[in-house]
Amino acid sequence: MSLLPALVMLPLSAALASTLLPLRWRGPLGVALAVLLAGVACGLLRTVVGDGPQAHALGGWAPPLGIALVADGLAAGMVVLTATVALPCALHAALGLRGEAVEDGFWPLFWFMWAALNGIWLSADLFNLYVGLELLGLAAVGLVALKGSAGALAAAMRYLLAALLGSLAYLIGVALLYAAWGSLALADLAGFMAEAGVAQSGSLTTLVALGLMSAGLLLKTALFPLHGWLPPAHGGALPPVSALLSALVIKASLYILMRLWIMAGPALTPLALGWLLGALGAAAVFWGGWMALRQARLKHLVAYSTVAQIGYLFLFFPLFGVANMDAARLAWDGTLLMLAAHALAKAGMFLAAGNLVLAVGSPHIADLTGISRFRPLSLMSFGLAGVSLMGLPPSAGFTAKWLLLQSALASGQWVWIMVLVGGGLLSAAYVFRVFRHAFVEGPARDRFASPPLALELSALALGSASIALGLVAQAPLEWLRIGSPLATGVP
Amino acid sequence: MKRYLLILLAALASLAVCAALALAVIERPEARTDLPRVVAHSTEHAGAPHPITAVLLDFRSYDTLLEVAVLLVAVVVALALREAQPDGPDRMGLDNPLLRAVMSWLLPLMVLVAAYLLWAGSTRPGGAFQAAAVLAAAGVLLRLAGVRLGGFAGERGARRLRALLVLGPAVFVAVGAGTALGGRAFLDYPADWAGGLILAIELALTLSIALALLSLFRLAPPQSDVERLPERRRRTRE
Amino acid sequence: MSATVLATDALYAWVGVLLCGLGLFGFIIHRHLLRRLLAFNVMGSGSFLLLVGLAQDGRGIDPVPQALVLTGIVVAVASTALALVIFRRWHRVSGESTLPEDV
Repeated sequence: MSLLPALVMLPLSAALASTLLPLRWRGPLGVALAVLLAGVACGLLRTVVGDGPQAHALGGWAPPLGIALVADGLAAGMVVLTATVALPCALHAALGLRGEAVEDGFWPLFWFMWAALNGIWLSADLFNLYVGLELLGLAAVGLVALKGSAGALAAAMRYLLAALLGSLAYLIGVALLYAAWGSLALADLAGFMAEAGVAQSGSLTTLVALGLMSAGLLLKTALFPLHGWLPPAHGGALPPVSALLSALVIKASLYILMRLWIMAGPALTPLALGWLLGALGAAAVFWGGWMALRQARLKHLVAYSTVAQIGYLFLFFPLFGVANMDAARLAWDGTLLMLAAHALAKAGMFLAAGNLVLAVGSPHIADLTGISRFRPLSLMSFGLAGVSLMGLPPSAGFTAKWLLLQSALASGQWVWIMVLVGGGLLSAAYVFRVFRHAFVEGPARDRFASPPLALELSALALGSASIALGLVAQAPLEWLRIGSPLATGVP
Repeated sequence: MKRYLLILLAALASLAVCAALALAVIERPEARTDLPRVVAHSTEHAGAPHPITAVLLDFRSYDTLLEVAVLLVAVVVALALREAQPDGPDRMGLDNPLLRAVMSWLLPLMVLVAAYLLWAGSTRPGGAFQAAAVLAAAGVLLRLAGVRLGGFAGERGARRLRALLVLGPAVFVAVGAGTALGGRAFLDYPADWAGGLILAIELALTLSIALALLSLFRLAPPQSDVERLPERRRRTRE
Repeated sequence: MSATVLATDALYAWVGVLLCGLGLFGFIIHRHLLRRLLAFNVMGSGSFLLLVGLAQDGRGIDPVPQALVLTGIVVAVASTALALVIFRRWHRVSGESTLPEDV
């Protein structure tokens, strides 16, 4: 029996079950099932590393008639990353939300979101990706709206409008691609496009389709200047929700974008467009960093930091598009490591920030005064995550930046080096701003709420993982290349 | 002034999209695969004789499963938002004798139409979603006429509602798990069972989708407290 | 190719193009959330027409995009309903029918 459908169906069944179960069972069930799913995810990765990419034709119908689930190294890696981030978040939610009114909606939506994420990582069909994107978007919007306050509802509404417009643009692109090529399977399309070449008629239709799909996905990924919806949504949500949204949900649309560009090949994705995305990414790094520096509220600072960190991931497009094989490989490795590092670090940071906010009872950074003596563990998790975001050795953030830097050197695109260094300095500035307040010995207050230890440990686990990944990055990077275009020698 | 700029921007954006789409439509090449022929050829071996139903519930059944999940997400959010802040008394009913009189004629007819649509789905246009939409419309009419759907009131009723909402996707997943445990691909129906399994899935889906649509109508908070609007507005702005 | 540009089957696709443009226009200029939602639905219908209209011209009826559109409609219904639920709740809490602009 193949593991691929189980990775989508387990969380889906969990979503159905937790809609029905009594409230008090949902948390324990959530944690137990998250452990089980993490195990299945690792099993998939082991199979992929051992036997190469896996495929499963759903319903027994081979594409293009049916839908296939495909797990190459990248997809398996994302499945494992999802489990790694979601497990501590589930633990955090099980303890942190226990007995609160939001718990009723949280668990089903959490599981729907996980199912959608795994569905997207594994799907090899354009339209199925659309349904996955909608499932993910709606579940994420629901999680943001869960608090029910005016701020949360406005943020959810803004997020929903962006998500809907984005998926509609994607759907129009799917319609055009289906009209032009007659298939929805990614593998078919990649083959047709490579065969037809750029000169052939129909490349215009494909270009328009890819343009629309990319625009929609950029909106969903919140690349500058389309990021307006992200800070209120990620900054205002419950801590585990913010962590999941920042770490994983925005990566799903980026993942599809990367798959699309790789599918279309260099002929249909001109380097100039890659440069445009890179430039927007660079602008995101500086704008997001600058805005993070100016935030008064802790979680909004972390949310703007996400806007900035997304920018690095878009350096992939100019660097991967060059003919230089080494540069392309370094860009692939660097971007994916950056993605994983950011997922772990940002999830850890949001959970830690949630703990700090809970401890001081105020969302403002200025109120953190004196917290260092009372909640050192949460502050340390925040710091560990910060080290990775800044890109200091030996964190995964550092290794990722180092790889991207080498890629920039190898391809002669020097300008990105400035972005990597400047962005690191900006993140240092906003992380240290939090610490400055935290280490001030304040007369203001001496009573802090103390969140349960497990809340602090789940943040700590994620923060430490973002450091540890930097030390052992070699093997995961090799796994991620399995079945990628880099493995076959055509960048 | 700002308004004109916005209109200009909107006009430019939509014209650009229209132009790009027009170009794409004009320049589209002949498709490389003839998928309709593949569908026509494979429908014989599928569990439903109508090609669209075959695509929906056999070839691309996984899409349909996720689609029902999307609908369920909306209902879950509506339930969660509803329960976080209980609303005042329900004022949905229109006390209209004409509506009530017409209802007694319409209701049996609508249920009949829904049943027909579900049945017809296997050989001609129709199917679970269409049937569910008609059923949900009947429910909406009932509600407008002020009839309370008694089975879903109270705590037990709420649990019953949730169980029925989950039923459709649960049956779908269970069939998939069954085929997978039987050593086949996920949702690969055995040839002898295909028709029956698809019918079972469709029945369960019809019920769940109809209830989902009805719940979404029912759960959107009614407009009330109109006199307190200015106060609320001021509070949000502060 | 140019022979099929104005074929009757392609009419659906052309209407779809038009609706997409109209929907986008409405989505950008309106601030009232219900209007934006309506604009989104107009655009959605446009994309469904594109999906069905483009695929079937010249080749007869293609059941695949028709099934896709059915799936798409359910998804659109779900998204619209979710938006309405959040909108009504937002309206109830704040009394506003537009989003605050200062973010």
